Amino acid sequence: MSEKNIQDYIKQEISDSEVLLFMKGTPVFPQCGFSSTVVQILTQVGVKYKSIDVLSDNEIRQGIKEFSDWPTIPQLYIKGEFVGGCDIITEMYQSGELNTFLESKGIELQKPSI
Amino acid sequence: MSTSTDSFFNRPTAEIINKKLSEALKPTELDIQDQSHLHKGHSGAPKTGESHFYILIVSPLFEGKTRVSRQKHVFDILKDELKEKIHALSLKTLTPEEFNSLKF
Repeated sequence: MSEKNIQDYIKQEISDSEVLLFMKGTPVFPQCGFSSTVVQILTQVGVKYKSIDVLSDNEIRQGIKEFSDWPTIPQLYIKGEFVGGCDIITEMYQSGELNTFLESKGIELQKPSI
Repeated sequence: MSTSTDSFFNRPTAEIINKKLSEALKPTELDIQDQSHLHKGHSGAPKTGESHFYILIVSPLFEGKTRVSRQKHVFDILKDELKEKIHALSLKTLTPEEFNSLKF
């Protein structure tokens, strides 16, 4: 894909999914501790999300860094907005802000079944 | 200013980080921890150390900025190091007020 196509592809993916995580590896087999942390948080919060494995395509890996002007992976997008990487998501989770933020965006959270 | 980075003997990258962040952000707290030993053998991790850092920065310049823009500011200051030396960077960026409210 050309550079422009990659940027268009990323833009499209971000607008198509309410919650989208660019990560290294997959939710089942994360290939990096930081990606793994975000996966665990999203699972804990009970939000449905789509993930894209940047290790599967070097163009996406470089393209997403340019798109967001953010040099590291993972990157979480909620309703088209870049929310942060591992540190920010962890902080937001610990303070309860992540739940509030998701709910304020009208995203349904599944309460853990007991 | 308190810092756990009093000695930079054999830690050239930590020393550069310290210098650049101190100059640009005038931090009231700056803690630079080399966590490379926690990632030994991890794919892509250089064997030389100084590849994985955790940095706590408390600066009045973060006032009124979102988390994303604070971290972008730090990434921008360290962009050369991120390109060449730093493999992973974990950041905690706080204003003095936020930092004080964490201490109780």
